[in-house]
Amino acid sequence: MTPLIEIKGVTKRFPIGGVLSGRDVRAVDDATFAIGTDGPEIFTIIGESGSGKTTLARMILGLERPTSGEILFQGTPVAHRNRGERLAFMAKVQPVFQNPFEAFNPLKRVDRYLESTARQFLGLRDQPAVDAAMDAALQKVGLSLAELRGRFPHELSGGQLQRVAIARALIPNPLLLIADEPVSMVDASLRMAIVNLLRKLRDEMGVSVVYITHDLATAYYISDRLIIMQRGRIVEMGPARAILEAPEHPYSRLLKASVLSTEQAGEVTLTVTNDFDSAAAISPEGRLVARPDGRMVRVGSD
Amino acid sequence: MADILTVDRLKAYYLMNYYGVRREVRAVDDISMSIGRNEVYGIAGESSSGKTSFIKVLAAAIRPPLRVVDGHATYHFKDGSIDLTQATPAQIEAIRWRKLSYIMQGSMSVLNPVRKIGKIFEDFASRPLGLSGTDFRQRVVGHLDKLKLDPRILNAYPHELSGGMRQRVTIGLATVCNPEFMIADEPTTALDVVVQKDVLALIKDLQRDMGSSIVFVTHDMAVHANIADRVGIIYAGRLVEEAPTRTLFAAPRHPYTAHLVASLPRIGDTTQRPALDGRPPNLADPPAGCRFHPRCPLAIDKCKTEVPPLVEVGPGQRSACWRWRDVEPLTPGASRMAEAHQ
Repeated sequence: MTPLIEIKGVTKRFPIGGVLSGRDVRAVDDATFAIGTDGPEIFTIIGESGSGKTTLARMILGLERPTSGEILFQGTPVAHRNRGERLAFMAKVQPVFQNPFEAFNPLKRVDRYLESTARQFLGLRDQPAVDAAMDAALQKVGLSLAELRGRFPHELSGGQLQRVAIARALIPNPLLLIADEPVSMVDASLRMAIVNLLRKLRDEMGVSVVYITHDLATAYYISDRLIIMQRGRIVEMGPARAILEAPEHPYSRLLKASVLSTEQAGEVTLTVTNDFDSAAAISPEGRLVARPDGRMVRVGSD
Repeated sequence: MADILTVDRLKAYYLMNYYGVRREVRAVDDISMSIGRNEVYGIAGESSSGKTSFIKVLAAAIRPPLRVVDGHATYHFKDGSIDLTQATPAQIEAIRWRKLSYIMQGSMSVLNPVRKIGKIFEDFASRPLGLSGTDFRQRVVGHLDKLKLDPRILNAYPHELSGGMRQRVTIGLATVCNPEFMIADEPTTALDVVVQKDVLALIKDLQRDMGSSIVFVTHDMAVHANIADRVGIIYAGRLVEEAPTRTLFAAPRHPYTAHLVASLPRIGDTTQRPALDGRPPNLADPPAGCRFHPRCPLAIDKCKTEVPPLVEVGPGQRSACWRWRDVEPLTPGASRMAEAHQ
């Protein structure tokens, strides 16, 4: 089966300090992996700020061109020749952004977003058909057109808005959603509704999800496979549960050790470590080596 | 343990009157609680639950349209008490930074980007400490050592420091005068996970060292589990539950708390987590009776009309729920903890 997305040796460099300085930062360095090889999956990209996870997502969406390497969607390159190809690709790969309060224009009714997406991608012209498509998408996320019609973004909670954003992404019947930190701006009591929804999309609707996060606990809860990125490099990738239960790369281990546990609530004694920048001491150098349980770990050259 | 802060039936509303249209947002509605010396008190609540308005009152940063409508918030400092709702601006000025300080959230927007860290320390702390020149510098350098910061950063600009270092600088600014009471508003939310744990440990360490109290506000229950001695849960402007941290996580007595605790995913556990339906209420038009009733799985008719009082339900534990006896921990993990607890 052709993978949904294939990333082949992708590198993205951004110049820093002006055009003539000749310096650059490698936001993503030689990434190679495939998503959705054996049917729908939730593929998680874990990393801290500055690790390149968002740049990687933007390249998959075709919003950013790789400096070198190739990204294939169902075997064809994501870099498009014309507008028609681009639209066909956008219908199949849809984004969900981090902050629903910023993703929606506060002066525009939320159903307008759904409507323009339905007209654009489904080619629908008559109002009843557009309404039916909007309602079908909203039903999938547990909302309905009746309760949303004419509403402005400020009338909805963060959780509801994020669900509308997901419903909008679902209208063209995509095969892949790219969700960049979809729950970090959503209130705690509403967060699990979104996370459970992503799970439902995979299990019941066959939609694959690229879930970008820095939260290891939700990653463990929903993902099938994951990659862990540090300073632009993949340091560990493979089956999510196996890696998070027993991370091997020093950086993955540090991330897991930094997760705040609630098991010993109220009886924790935190100790100050002397190096506040423990991550800086860990090198993302080396090459990726396969392990028997299916994971790849970056191992130093020595 | 003597209390350093007592809040008595505090009501703070946003009162607005624009073009003849009166609006009243009851952001803090009848909150009574107290915080002991040497205690870290966690406050949890969602956005627009009123937790920020509440700490604005505690930080003596009340500006119209926010007004204290009723009640008192009294600090009992070592050399006298002060009721913030009655105090004059001069009295508040006299305690600010010296006794009552504030650790802010976004370290990048707090620090002036065109001023060196050393100058920022002077701006904040030179006057409250009554020191200047070499004396002041020595005091600051000594303090930076506690924060594990190199004195050379005093000559650096904020953008030259990493996020974790900047957050330690803001913690340094808040603690350099050895205040008796500190308010920490989401101090670790913007930090990377790897740095977060160290910064929390540092705050706890300084607090223990100085013997001061902290009100620690965050929506992240995992942070409370690791730093707070007691936690209070605010929902729609009211304190709905308050308990020692261990009790709150093991045996919550309010359905909202039970839900918050149960919805935390954990590595090593993939059982389906419950999600709460509905939306947080609009504070301009809150539901009658218990404000949680439209989303509550245990709601009965009484909840729709009568406001449940915050009553003592166990040692140190208070809950505002008519049916607190029926609240069960929602996850198998939590009930195991409850058994171990008893």
